[in-house]
Amino acid sequence: MSSPISEPGSVTGPGSVSGSSSVSGSGNLAVEVVDPAAVSSATQHEHPDSSNGLERTIVKSWKAPIAFGIFTLIALVLFVILGRDGVSTFRLSNDSDLIQLPAVETPTRVAGIVVTVLLLVIAIIAWLRVRANRRVPLWLTSIFGVLFLFGFLAWAAAGQTLPVPGLLVGTVSLSVPLIFGAMGGVISERVGVVNVAIEGQLLAGAFASAVIASLTGQPLLGLVAAMVAGMLVSFVLAAFAIKYFVDQVIVGVVLNVLVIGLTNFLYSQVLSKNAELLNTPPRFDRIAIPLLSEIPILGPTLFRQTIVVYLMYIAVAAVFFGLFHTKWGLRVRAVGEHPQAADTVGINVNRTRFRNVLLAGAITGFGGAYFTLVSVPSFNKEMTAGAGYIALAAVIFGQWDPIRATLAALLFGFASNLQNVLGIIGSPVPSEFMLMLPYVLTIFAVAGLVGRSRGPAASGRPYIKS
Amino acid sequence: MKLELRGITKRFGALVANDHIDLVVRPGEIHALLGENGAGKSTLMNVLYGLYQADEGDILLDDREQHFAGPGDAMNAGIGMVHQHFMLIPVFTVAENVMLGNEQTKAGGRLDLNAARARVREISARFGFDLDPDALVDDLPVGVQQRVEIIKALSRDAKVLVFDEPTAVLTPQETDELMVIMGQLRDAGTSIVFITHKLREVREIADRITIIRLGKVVGEAEPTASNAELASLMVGRAVELTVHKELANPGDAALVVSDLSVVDALGQLVVNHVSFEVRRGEVLAIAGVQGNGQTELSEAIIGLQEKVLGSITLDGQSLVGMSVNAVLEAGVGFVPEDRNHDGLVGEFTIAENLMLDRSNTAPFVKRGTLQLNYLNQFAEEKTKEFDVRSQGIQTPVGRLSGGNQQKVVLARELSRDLRLFVAAQPTRGIDVGSIEFVHKRIVETRDAGVPVIVVSTELDEVVALADRIAVMYRGSIVGIVPGNTSRDVLGLMMAGEVPDVITTVDTDEVEGALL
Repeated sequence: MSSPISEPGSVTGPGSVSGSSSVSGSGNLAVEVVDPAAVSSATQHEHPDSSNGLERTIVKSWKAPIAFGIFTLIALVLFVILGRDGVSTFRLSNDSDLIQLPAVETPTRVAGIVVTVLLLVIAIIAWLRVRANRRVPLWLTSIFGVLFLFGFLAWAAAGQTLPVPGLLVGTVSLSVPLIFGAMGGVISERVGVVNVAIEGQLLAGAFASAVIASLTGQPLLGLVAAMVAGMLVSFVLAAFAIKYFVDQVIVGVVLNVLVIGLTNFLYSQVLSKNAELLNTPPRFDRIAIPLLSEIPILGPTLFRQTIVVYLMYIAVAAVFFGLFHTKWGLRVRAVGEHPQAADTVGINVNRTRFRNVLLAGAITGFGGAYFTLVSVPSFNKEMTAGAGYIALAAVIFGQWDPIRATLAALLFGFASNLQNVLGIIGSPVPSEFMLMLPYVLTIFAVAGLVGRSRGPAASGRPYIKS
Repeated sequence: MKLELRGITKRFGALVANDHIDLVVRPGEIHALLGENGAGKSTLMNVLYGLYQADEGDILLDDREQHFAGPGDAMNAGIGMVHQHFMLIPVFTVAENVMLGNEQTKAGGRLDLNAARARVREISARFGFDLDPDALVDDLPVGVQQRVEIIKALSRDAKVLVFDEPTAVLTPQETDELMVIMGQLRDAGTSIVFITHKLREVREIADRITIIRLGKVVGEAEPTASNAELASLMVGRAVELTVHKELANPGDAALVVSDLSVVDALGQLVVNHVSFEVRRGEVLAIAGVQGNGQTELSEAIIGLQEKVLGSITLDGQSLVGMSVNAVLEAGVGFVPEDRNHDGLVGEFTIAENLMLDRSNTAPFVKRGTLQLNYLNQFAEEKTKEFDVRSQGIQTPVGRLSGGNQQKVVLARELSRDLRLFVAAQPTRGIDVGSIEFVHKRIVETRDAGVPVIVVSTELDEVVALADRIAVMYRGSIVGIVPGNTSRDVLGLMMAGEVPDVITTVDTDEVEGALL
């Protein structure tokens, strides 16, 4: 970027330097005008849909350097000042693996110091960039995150062995319901209906699959039942939101409460009294895919899973392909962006919305089945424990894109599993603190996006023909 | 294709929007549907397009009766529509917008984007458009977006094409180009229904004219009819087509705006280093195609924009950074461009709306209590003075017609002691009688020595009211020119060009200034 660095609070034009003027308004606004052609591609990627030939400015945001600074400080205190001695071992293979990778061993205190120095360097780079009116790129943030994570793991595992495959397998396991929920959320929001009821759909799916699979002894039938249950919850959401124009967020919240109450009641009154008959679903077996499952680290993580996980891979790929490369997706996005325009080209807006909200419920239902047919082979009260809300956060964090939402869900799953693994190896962090981690991460992730992400324009607004 | 409407009636509750309307559009003709705002033109076309179901009457195409359950049926029957508010999805490309609803797919259900691109190119070539099928619609200028709408209709082989107020968003040059396109389409055999309230355009292009008023057909006219004849048919009485005003007698500069920029949430300069001044007793009109920063500029003056750089001073007092309330206290009157959204509370009565901006001081509020007697007396007085026609001051404002609503806004803003008056789109969507009234009051305000800013996208209005004209394009002021600058020059400036010579016209020759 060729523009000169200006004093904070002055404005310079690219061609017509028009002197400086005092900053007004909120007072902390520092703006520099940049030649539109010279604006880095990063900004263009973030808002590909808005140029209109207007000149751009870059509003200084000190968010990233401040956050980096805080985390560097935490690293300094935790890894260096309160640093622990010993050797941290990262185990990369299980004993049963065909290809054995050697374990990585690092001296804990040295790792802590190196990581802290690197974090400091990145924080300074970020600070310099912002001072020069440039953005902090996403890759820098990612490197910062990975480094901090490594430092933290090394510190927590001082004198211990951290099973990396276990950490990753658990991540996928915990992410499965989140990803199914996020896919349901993406479809529903893309078509213009805010889906707060993901939690209810997951819980209904978990309950229905447990009961049906127990009764029939067929886990596959349980899967179908979960789908139907998810659709039922969706049906109520769709009916109220689309047909009767009730506020979608309120319907969603009420539905979640309703499903929790209903399943709690049925669990305590029916299921727990006939647990043998109604609440002992058979589990799906893990299926190892030949060859692929022997890839080090990735193989056991991704390809020694149950059919539900393989269905999830298919679902993510199908939603992505469907949304952006098929007639169905084009219409779904059109209805969620500008329903009236869709109507004028002969697309039935409310029918499209109704069907796709049902579809979203069906997909989310699969995620519910994962709880009872894979993780825990029985239904428990409120066993989804807020997974639906985290899936909703993943939708927003993933900016309504199926792939990014999946990655976000994996991140949240990783945070949850970290708590499990550290609990097992006995880390110095209180487990209550670690339990908080996925939620704290969710808040940070969503807050970091404030003002930067833009959902489907008509999401949450009922389509009322006058 | 011949289109015939027989006895179309459409009611909304007690309101009869269309009352037994008959209309015949012959193949290959441009048939203008002329009427005031609120006459029922758009309702009629929405019935034709299947968006509304008629309560009575038939639609015939080539003498065959049609039943449209929705726009899909109408399109399949060969009716296309270019909507007043474009029905395009901003985040889609041109090709995606054109294919939507009529998608071709390849094996595996993949969208056949190449076919859509080819279709866009083929139709573009037919009319000499230069259009990139992969451009995002949001990035295109308004005039080009309209061409996408036309291509969308033509890609489905529309034989009857409805243009709903197509020139409202165009510069004069773009309007001329649109007229040429409409001529080409007619010559290719397309029947065209052209909805408008602008007399000049009708006389320029139409083959036949049907005039509707208050939901009824009141007559047919030839394009040779005079403006006065057409206007009196449209309004139902003789209309004064020009605004009477004396030459301005401007005092010293009251409002000084210098190097003003407004930054939006995305970091774009929606108002870009704008400087101008308005003197006491003059009207500065801000012209430009909708969406070139006029809205943000007027909102910055009133204090509604958050990120404002530069300075705005009124009689030496800086307005930047002040709350809206403080700006109003400083003597700024503001007519917002969307009266239903920003100007009025629809559920409140006329009286309540009249005191909305003075709810914290006497005489309307004393010791925290509304002074209802004073308010009612005030409201009675003002509704009389501003000719607000209603069933009384306790009528909810939402039930009034657009013209009467605008008079309520005007009454509220003009009954304070003003040191600056800003009117954004003061006559948008209101009837001719109200337009005359609003224009008269604006000129009176000017003559009382108040600096006035009129923001308008209607060039006719700009020319009728302005003493000086500032033209905005992409957030910047292209230039500030005298009030009698010729339309051609203004048109060029609205497209961002600065002509070498500013030609002016004698104000007496300005015709049809209102319509």
